Amino acid sequence: MHDVATAAVEAALNAGARYADARVMEMRTESMSARNGAVESLEREQRAGVGVRALIGSSWGFYAVPDVTPASARRAGEEAARVARASTQVPGRDLELAPVEPQHGSWANDVREDPWTVTLAEKGDLLEGVTRAMQDHGADVAEASSRVWDTRKWLVSSEGHRIDQHIVECGAAMSATAVGEAETQRRSYPGIRGQYGTRGWELVRELDLPGNAPRIAEEARRLLTADACPSLDATDLILGSEQMALQIHESVGHAVELDRILGWEAAFAGTSWLDLQQLGTLRFGSDLMNITADATLPGALGSFGYDDEGTPAHPVDIVRNGSWVGALSGRDSAALAGIESGAAIRADGFNRMPMVRMTNVGLLPGESSLDEMIAATDDGVFMDTNRSWSIDDKRLNFQFGCEIGWEIKGGKRGRLLKNPTYTGISPRFWGALDMLGNRDEWTFWGTPNCGKGQPVQVGHTGHPAVPARFRGIRVGVRG
Amino acid sequence: MTAEPPEATAERVLDLVRARAGSAEAEVTVQTGTQALTRFANSFIHQNVAEDISHVLLRVAHDGRVAATSYDGPPTDDGLARLVDGVLEAARASRPDAEWPGIAPIVAGVDVHHWDQATADSSPDDRAGRVAAFVAAADGLETAGACETETIVTAFANTAGQRLHGRATTAALDGIVRTATADGSGRAASVRLADLDGGGIGWRAARKARDASDASDLEPGRYEVVLEPNAVADILQFLFVYGFNGRAIEEGRSFVRVGEPQFDTAITLREDPTDPAQAGLGFDVEGTPRLPLDLVRDGVTRGAIHTRRTAAAAGVESTGHAVEGGEGFGALPANPILEAGDRSVDDLIGQVDRGLLVTDFWYTRILDPRTQVVTGLTRNGVWLIQDGRVVRPVSNLRFTQSYLEALAPGAVRGIGADRALVPAGFGGIYLVPMLHLATWNFTGGARG
Repeated sequence: MHDVATAAVEAALNAGARYADARVMEMRTESMSARNGAVESLEREQRAGVGVRALIGSSWGFYAVPDVTPASARRAGEEAARVARASTQVPGRDLELAPVEPQHGSWANDVREDPWTVTLAEKGDLLEGVTRAMQDHGADVAEASSRVWDTRKWLVSSEGHRIDQHIVECGAAMSATAVGEAETQRRSYPGIRGQYGTRGWELVRELDLPGNAPRIAEEARRLLTADACPSLDATDLILGSEQMALQIHESVGHAVELDRILGWEAAFAGTSWLDLQQLGTLRFGSDLMNITADATLPGALGSFGYDDEGTPAHPVDIVRNGSWVGALSGRDSAALAGIESGAAIRADGFNRMPMVRMTNVGLLPGESSLDEMIAATDDGVFMDTNRSWSIDDKRLNFQFGCEIGWEIKGGKRGRLLKNPTYTGISPRFWGALDMLGNRDEWTFWGTPNCGKGQPVQVGHTGHPAVPARFRGIRVGVRG
Repeated sequence: MTAEPPEATAERVLDLVRARAGSAEAEVTVQTGTQALTRFANSFIHQNVAEDISHVLLRVAHDGRVAATSYDGPPTDDGLARLVDGVLEAARASRPDAEWPGIAPIVAGVDVHHWDQATADSSPDDRAGRVAAFVAAADGLETAGACETETIVTAFANTAGQRLHGRATTAALDGIVRTATADGSGRAASVRLADLDGGGIGWRAARKARDASDASDLEPGRYEVVLEPNAVADILQFLFVYGFNGRAIEEGRSFVRVGEPQFDTAITLREDPTDPAQAGLGFDVEGTPRLPLDLVRDGVTRGAIHTRRTAAAAGVESTGHAVEGGEGFGALPANPILEAGDRSVDDLIGQVDRGLLVTDFWYTRILDPRTQVVTGLTRNGVWLIQDGRVVRPVSNLRFTQSYLEALAPGAVRGIGADRALVPAGFGGIYLVPMLHLATWNFTGGARG
């Protein structure tokens, strides 16, 4: 396949590009879902093609064809250059890509149990079984699903990159919905989006869906009669690690994407409240806040060997002891910002132009346990499992909701609370962080549905997270 | 790329299914075309992409066992054979689907012609030229946005004999102009790229940005609102996805009660791909034509949208709203239309005692599907209206509001006469006017 990619690059150069790269990708996916005791859908997808980037002056062009023959690849290269030439009608300032040594290499993630060797019957038994169990324990609607992604890609660039990677990802999700007179309540496991990683089927087995199905169904039913989360202008808030993953993703991960900071997403996904002039000096949160973007974490969903322009994966400090020190970047954005490429450029398929995406953006653990946080809280609310998320186009003002909450009084978990929500302003919120879960509670959450870009791309991101406590937070916002 | 028409590819796929599993039911959708999008930011084109599309979607039911597959690539004999072998293998390994509704019967298609040859033939230079005009119209202010075109030719065939064919072009230019303190948006969508006046759209965005600049905060609370078409489409999206969706009704998660006056009498909401101002195709991936359909007529809920599966569960006919990969989710809207009223923009604003003119909603998320309580923010320009006049720009606000209550009986004070075509996030293309609503619950300023 390197030869096909090489043909595309050569064609782009011959058509006038001063730089070009081409990715050949073969993708195979499987999605199975069950509802109320029966498998409802089984979908498999195969995709293969070539995507070519061409740079003329400071202007990019990209073209993709769903065909991996040399002839089609050459045509894609020529068309990419044609598109780039059209871009020069409205050119940007001079651009030199941040330097990266040409890479030759292969990478594949560890897979203990190949998900393709697990029979459809076994997968179906698992999903049907847990949905029946949830129904038996009070769910009106019980749903479960499994997903497998298998991606092979070959990258060639005009600078001499020649890389191949094989990435296998899988995971599963389930949820129980209880329907009441005027409302519905839902509980999910292990999180609203499930759990996914760059791992084999062993990940799904470790989740123990059968062992958790009855509990979440019973919790969904109990929520129908629970008290609503009180509306409080300021209270102590403890978040479970799954909700923390969402908190990190939305209020830190997107905010530190360099393309957003530079304004490249201004009209669609939005910008960022962060100003590059403040890199290294801005206080993002409390001293406990340490965030890294690390695509080398084994098994996490945002892991890879090389990003989609050939930069080797490496950890990048984003927030250190509460100070903002780094960004997610690629070769073009890094060059404009005067920093090294952060190896965070990825595309969700051969037919999409690579762009800045989160890798594994997560919190380094602290020293407390969840039980210790609760015991140390006189008056507060503990919320877990994301239910809704809304944040402004600068990633500053957010309002998030969880599936379940508990009142905390006198250091003990008290009554169940439904419809818990909280709201805040990112740096103030993170500045209120005063207790952080320890390494035993560090979970590499995987988000398989991060939407960004035009045409929209669906990214796979990882978020190492632990439970955390925040002081003086507004909770219980209602309509 | 092969020049084979998609109808011929679809027939070859069915032949392969028959040869390997003669008794199997099968449905196939074949799409070819191009998608192209030119993005600009900081007033230059920073991403400019195009792709060839060659997509095959196949679903089979063999002895009651169902599996689906899709394939992107040239429709070679080998490629299609692997596709068919793979889906039959998956179906055989599945268990019987007791609720399988069967494939679509032979039904005539609806008359839909949303095609423009010049758009299908357009070039990267055509898109870049519109971007250049948008940027120039901003007169030095910073700009960002995208100009896109899509050309799709689709054929559907199934083993019951149903055959449908359609083609569609769409074009859209959507951008913002930015001052130091505000963004203003301008946008248009059409079947024809020629309808998109880059300079005019950029001029409108620049005017909005200037008018929205130096905004000041406003105390949160309940305000009357005049909503521009994008914000109106956002409301309808949630009503469809979590309400009129047959799956949501079946599961008890929906507010929909057919026959009841759940909306203001001014509200008439339809689905109609045949409207000349609409865009897209006239059938779904199950081969069901989308006939014009009333969801709400004069405030009374009249119906819902269905796939074949949700329709079978409800004991009705499918309305043609199945989408690829949406089996678990149910039915999604394709061509919603909110009937226009008779008010000009000035009329709508002129009726407001004290309220807000809102351009866009942003990052809206549902908190409770049954009550349709949604939280989100305003974006790209908000202005305070007092005594029928726009008096000043205000900073963006967060809201937490039941979309159902916002359109409830007595809540709609006026509907605009002009309609705009709005491509929406969940798919579907909305044709909607502006709305004047009695109350909207703003729960906080975007700055905290």
